[in-house]
Amino acid sequence: MFGLDKRDTTLLLIVTVLTMFAPFILNPFPTDSGLAQFNAGYPDLMQRFVIFGIFAIGFNILFGLTGYLSFGHAAFLGVGSYSAVWMFKLLSMNVIPAILLSVIIAGLFALVIGYVSLRRSGIYFSILTLAFAQMSFSLAYSVLTPVTNGETGLQLALDDPRILGASATADGSIPVTSLFGLEMRSTYSMAVGPWDFQFNVGYYLCALVLIAAFYVAIRIFRSPFGMMLRAVKSNQQRMNYTGLNSKPYTLAAFVISGMYAGLAGGLMASMDPLAGAERMQWTASGEVVLMTILGGAGTLIGPVLGAGFIKYFENIFSKINDNVLHGWFSFLPDGIEDFLVFVIHPFIGKGWHLTLGILFMLVVIYLPGGLVEGGQRVVGWLSRRKSAQSRQSETNPAE
Amino acid sequence: MSKTDVSRRGLLRTGAVAGAGLALPTIFTAQSASAFTNEPTGSTVTLGFNVPQTGPYADEGADELRAFELAVEHLNGVGDGGMLSTFSSKALGGDGVLGKEVKFVTGDTQTKSDAARASAKSMIEKDGAIMISGGSSSGVAVAVQGLCQEAGVIFMAGLTHSNDTTGKDKKANGFRHFFNAYMSAAALAPVLKNLYGSDRKAYHLTADYTWGWTQEESIRAATEAMGWETVNTVLTPLAATDFSSYIAPVMNSGADVLVLNHYGGNMVNSLTNAVQFGLKEKQVNGKNFEIVVPLYSRLMAKGAGENVKGILGSTNWHWSLQDEGSKTFVRSFGTKYGFPPSQAAHTCYVQTLLYADAVARAGSFNPCAVAEALEGFEFDGMGNGKTLYRAEDHQCFKDVLVVRGKENPTSEFDLLEVVEVTPREQVEYAPDHPMFAGGQLGSCNPGA
Repeated sequence: MFGLDKRDTTLLLIVTVLTMFAPFILNPFPTDSGLAQFNAGYPDLMQRFVIFGIFAIGFNILFGLTGYLSFGHAAFLGVGSYSAVWMFKLLSMNVIPAILLSVIIAGLFALVIGYVSLRRSGIYFSILTLAFAQMSFSLAYSVLTPVTNGETGLQLALDDPRILGASATADGSIPVTSLFGLEMRSTYSMAVGPWDFQFNVGYYLCALVLIAAFYVAIRIFRSPFGMMLRAVKSNQQRMNYTGLNSKPYTLAAFVISGMYAGLAGGLMASMDPLAGAERMQWTASGEVVLMTILGGAGTLIGPVLGAGFIKYFENIFSKINDNVLHGWFSFLPDGIEDFLVFVIHPFIGKGWHLTLGILFMLVVIYLPGGLVEGGQRVVGWLSRRKSAQSRQSETNPAE
Repeated sequence: MSKTDVSRRGLLRTGAVAGAGLALPTIFTAQSASAFTNEPTGSTVTLGFNVPQTGPYADEGADELRAFELAVEHLNGVGDGGMLSTFSSKALGGDGVLGKEVKFVTGDTQTKSDAARASAKSMIEKDGAIMISGGSSSGVAVAVQGLCQEAGVIFMAGLTHSNDTTGKDKKANGFRHFFNAYMSAAALAPVLKNLYGSDRKAYHLTADYTWGWTQEESIRAATEAMGWETVNTVLTPLAATDFSSYIAPVMNSGADVLVLNHYGGNMVNSLTNAVQFGLKEKQVNGKNFEIVVPLYSRLMAKGAGENVKGILGSTNWHWSLQDEGSKTFVRSFGTKYGFPPSQAAHTCYVQTLLYADAVARAGSFNPCAVAEALEGFEFDGMGNGKTLYRAEDHQCFKDVLVVRGKENPTSEFDLLEVVEVTPREQVEYAPDHPMFAGGQLGSCNPGA
C-alpha cells in the first residue's frame, strides 16, 4: 500500500491504530481508582507524545541513517516555535501558516548550521552543533529579547496586530489557535462507566501529522537516498575514495531532520502558543538523543517509543508525591507503610530523573538496540516457544 | 494478501465508526454540564501546587511545598489552624472550603516555562485542579499565569519578583501577593540615603534577563532620584559562576557602592567574589565602600555564609517579625517541620488561604466570582500588616522589609535582621506607572 512493502505497511498501520486509539489505550484505569495516577490519556501529554515522536523520527533520519550525532537539534525546535508564535501574533490564529513557516525557517536555519558543521565529522561535528545550539539559546535568552521576549518566553498579547482575524475576542480575551475555525483546545470527554476518555482536536491534528511524518520517514529509509545515507554511516572514507561527494547527501539529511524538528516546534506552539528559550537549551538536545537511543537508533518505530517513554516518566512519575504513596499503602500497618514510603520516596516526585536514569542504564546495558530490541526478543522468545510446542505436538503422536 | 488488507481496513473502519458513534451523544452532555473549568462536583476540591523540585531553585520549591501542605491541613481543620485565627476575614471555618475537603496535587516546574506549563496542564486536564499556585521565578510565573488565563482557572503566583508579572504580562485570572522590583527599590532608597548619604557613586552588576533588567531599572530610578550617580551598569550572563572579571573593574571605576542585581546562585557567587576582592574593607572617595543586594532571601543568605554580614537588601517577609500572624505561622510551621519558614513559604501559604477565603466569601468556585472577591480586598493578620489586593493589576500592596545580614547570628536560621519596615504608602505606585505599562488584564475567563 502507498508504495510500501508488506512489513512497512503493517508498521504504518500499527502506528496509525496506536495514535488514533491513544485516548483509550492510555487511559486503562477508571478515573476514581488509585491507579488513575498512571493514566496518560489527557490531551496535553498525548500531544507531547506525538510531537516529541515527530522530533525523534526526524532526529533518527540524521543519527540513525548517517551516524552523525547532532547535539544541537533543540535549536531547530525552538526556532520553529518562535516562528509559529510570531505567525500567530502577526498573521492569523490558523495553525497552517504557522506550521508552514516554522518548517521553512527551521529548514533554512539547518541549512546554515549544517553547511558549517558538516565540514567535520564524529565528535567535532557533535561539538559544533552543540556550540551553535547553545549560541542560539543565549541569543534567545538575552540578546534577542525584542524578538524572543527573553527569559519570560514569547506569548500572545491582547494588542497583537493580527492581520487576518481580530486582536482580541468580543469578551476581551486572546483568541485561541484553530484550524479553519476548529479550535485546537476543544475536547470531547466521553464517559463510559467509570472511565473518562478525552478526544482533543489538537491531538488528532498532531496524530495525523505524525502518521504523515512516519510515512515520509519510511519512504526515506527505503529509498536509494536512504541507502546512500547508510553508506555514509558504514564507511564514509571509502565512499569518498570512489569519487563520490557525500556532503550533499549528509547536508540534505541534516536539513530534512531540522525541518522535522521545526515541524515539531510549530505543532508545539500551535497546541500551546508560547515559545521559551529553554526549548533550545543543550539539555533539550540531549533529551532527543536519549529518546532515540532508548527506543532504538536506526529503527523506524524506536524513536517514537523512546519519546513516549521519556515523556511519560517526566509527566507521570514527577507528580507522584508522598501523600499519593500513603494513599496506596494505607491498608498496611503504619510501620510497614512508612517504611515502604521511605524506600520508594527517592524514586518518585523530584526523583523521577533518578528512575529514568536507572532505566536508561538498564536498557543501554542489556538491550543495546533499545526498546525495539526488547520487543524483538520477546516476540522471538514467544515464537520459539510456539514452534517448540508445535514440534512437540508433531512428535507426540509418533511416540 | 489483498484480502487481509481489506479486512484490516474494514476492521479499522468499523472501529472508527463505532468510536464515533459512542462519542457522539456525549458531545452534547459532557461539555455543557459545567459552568466553568473543573467545577468541583464531589465532596472534594483539588488545588494544584506547581513548584520547582529540581533545578536551581529546588530549595525554595521544597519550602513552598511544605507551606502548601500546611495550608491545606489548616483549611481542612487539621493542626492548630495557623493564620486562620489571626486573619481578619473569618469566612473560613477549618471545615474545608464551601464544605468540600481540600485535596492537592503537586508537580515539578524544573524552573523551565515549558515543563511548568506541561505540569500545570496535566493538573488542570487530568487531576481537575481548580487553582494553580507556586513557582519560584518570574519567567515561569508569567508563563503559567498565561496558561491559567487560557484554561480558565485562577493562578495564585508564588515567589515572583519581576515588575512584569503584574505589569506588562498581567492577566485577569492571575494574582500576586509577593512584592516586586519597584517596591524593593522604593523601600531601599530612603534607608540607603540615611545610612550611606545622598552623595554616592553606584556601580551595577545585573543578571542579563528580564528580572535583572527590571530590578536594575527600578533601583537606578530610585537612587538617582535621591542624588546618587550611576557610574556604570554591566550585564552578566545568567550562567556565570565566577564574577571575578566583573568585580575587578569596579575597583578602579571610582564607584563607592556596588549594587548586585542578582538572585539565587548568581547572588551567592557574585557577593562571595566581591567580598574576596576586599570591597567591604575598601575606602573610596573618603567613604566606606558598600555592597547592596536588592532582593534578599534567607536561603541565599545561607548560601553566601559569612559574606552577607552587614549587607543591605529587601525582603517580603521574615520569620523574626513579632506580629501575631507571623508568630502563629512560624509556630505551626516550626512544630511540623522543625525550622522556621522562608519568605517563599510564607507567600505560598498566604496565597492558598487568600484563595480559599475568596471562594468562601464569593460562595462559588467560579474563577470570575473568586477574582471579583479578591479584587480590592483589604485584609490584615497575615504577617505584613494591612494589605490591599489592588483591582487594577492584581498586585498586593503592603509594608516591605529592609534587612541586613546579621553580624552575630545566633543560629543557622538567624541570618538577617530587620532594619526598617517601610510603610505601604512609600512603595505604592500608579497602575499606569511607566515601569508597569504596556499590558492589559483582559477579562476574566471561567473556561468551559
